Amino acid sequence: MRAVWPSLFIGGCALLSRKSKVLLSVIVLALLLVVSVYLDLSVYGHSMLSPSEVWNALFGGDTGGVSYIVNRSLRRVVIGLFVGAALAVSGAVMQAIFRNPLASPYLLGLSSGASLGAAIAILFSVPFIPLGLAQPVLAFIFCLLTMFIVYTISKIGGDVRTETLILAGVAISSLISAIVSFLTYIAPSEKMGDIVFWTMGSLSKIEWNEMIFVVPVIVIGIALMMTQMKNLNAMMLGDAHAMDLGVDVRRVRLFLLVVSSLVIAAAVAFVGAIGFVGLVIPHIFRLLLGPDNRYIMPISAFGGGVFILLCDFISRLFASYAGVLPIGVVTSIIGAPFFIYLLCRKRSEVGW
Amino acid sequence: MVSVLDIDSLKFSYAGHDVFEDISLSVGRGEVIGILGPNGCGKTTLLKNLNRNLKPHGGCVMVESDDIADMTKKEIAQKVAVVPQTNEIRFAFTAREIVAMGRLPFQESFRGESSDDLRIIDDAMVRTDVMKFADRHINTMSGGERQRVIIARAIAQTPQILLMDEPTLHLDISMQFEVLDLVHRLAKEKSITVVIVSHDLPMVVRYCDRVVLMHDKRIYAMGKPRDVLTPENMRVVFNIDAELEDDPRTGNPTVRLYGSCGIGGQ
Repeated sequence: MRAVWPSLFIGGCALLSRKSKVLLSVIVLALLLVVSVYLDLSVYGHSMLSPSEVWNALFGGDTGGVSYIVNRSLRRVVIGLFVGAALAVSGAVMQAIFRNPLASPYLLGLSSGASLGAAIAILFSVPFIPLGLAQPVLAFIFCLLTMFIVYTISKIGGDVRTETLILAGVAISSLISAIVSFLTYIAPSEKMGDIVFWTMGSLSKIEWNEMIFVVPVIVIGIALMMTQMKNLNAMMLGDAHAMDLGVDVRRVRLFLLVVSSLVIAAAVAFVGAIGFVGLVIPHIFRLLLGPDNRYIMPISAFGGGVFILLCDFISRLFASYAGVLPIGVVTSIIGAPFFIYLLCRKRSEVGW
Repeated sequence: MVSVLDIDSLKFSYAGHDVFEDISLSVGRGEVIGILGPNGCGKTTLLKNLNRNLKPHGGCVMVESDDIADMTKKEIAQKVAVVPQTNEIRFAFTAREIVAMGRLPFQESFRGESSDDLRIIDDAMVRTDVMKFADRHINTMSGGERQRVIIARAIAQTPQILLMDEPTLHLDISMQFEVLDLVHRLAKEKSITVVIVSHDLPMVVRYCDRVVLMHDKRIYAMGKPRDVLTPENMRVVFNIDAELEDDPRTGNPTVRLYGSCGIGGQ
């Protein structure tokens, strides 16, 4: 019985026009957004606060322990929304420019590239530069570098080959993971924890003043990527099609690769590598709403944020009983089976 | 006839080898011209030079007296539309969404379709008879249906010039006639200049006002099919034994293929 509901839902959606599906998705997402913000704010030790308790803690002028905890949670809610949006939109962009369903920040090795940058920054403290600056800067540089290497390898022999791209991503990703593992192994114990934290992801360590750097980069980056929504649609048909329609494919692709790498680096610099968001979220909406990036990109931004918050809620709820459950583990545990379900049921619909 | 497309001593090399050279040609408004030649003679490369998907290594291409080297990609796409050879599309765009992309060269980043755009899109879909599958996904269509959607997209580009690369390839024979009938009609009704690149002799003879025969990297002959496709020229260029004769039923020339001239082209 449980398995029938999702297919009924998707089947029912097929009867609606794309415009009304978009409207429906926006309404459902808005509701989910409110619910997920509440849930993530409500975690209080082993128990959950009621909506009115959360409201009072935020706006009621209450300065007690509850208010302190809720306001700390607010930090992770804000960063979670932006990081989720950054990962999901970048994933959508990469799938479109590479015309490949598997392209995502995680599978192309970008997240692990950023992890390596962060690990190096943590391990070999750069003189005169505080870790708070060195870590995101190195994460960004390594992120770009990884993208460049993967792309260059996949370009060998002329055209960007889908298969080579995936293989290059997987190969570079495992190579980098191996280096990160090695660095973790040789790291002194107080730094080892920081590196491990990185590879699993966590929304707990970011401070408000760090967000002043992260949030503008993500917002501006997403806005810049959105200027290319229509060009991306044309590029999804193929590079030659896009050129015939007047799109400067090389310039647009380079622009989007640089911007998406920047956005991903900023997003993961402080919260670590969180997998599956960039892969799964755009696919879900493409399945429901079709491939038009003018809908997929903005809606994925919200979907990614909501998904991260729900996963963070689960990870914190679980952690309050079992000690710890990193958010990166939750996103993968939920994301992977759901992706397999989509793959099996609606492959032809998505177009691959 | 006013010429819309002027090609002057165009030359293109790839990896140090000339693909073609000294191509000069003027095409008039509303004219349907066929560029014929055996596989691998550089026809497709020539076509890609005409909208600067590839940059020539010599000579120039003028569209309505403007050198396309001085135009942006967007400006070129406002005047030149292309129906490419491979139309396989993996994403589930609907036919209407694909046709609407024809308006891309005329739009700002964040603008939706204007009422003018919508009217042009509808008109293109009606003319190509794709309205009936407007909401179907392109990746579930047959080759002929897909071809028509792409042609509709090209029409929605309101081009002066339409470039078609092997439009009959992979199509059923009846669909080949349907597609070329459609293109011929559009050329005459909307005064669009059509350049068809093909190795499909019978179709080119049937539908093209003028034929350009490519051989050995150059234009070998050019003119009305009757004058260009002589038995001698067809032997040299295609290595076939063939002749043109007037079809008793239509009165138009038709090609009669007898066979190959054999290995080595005797």
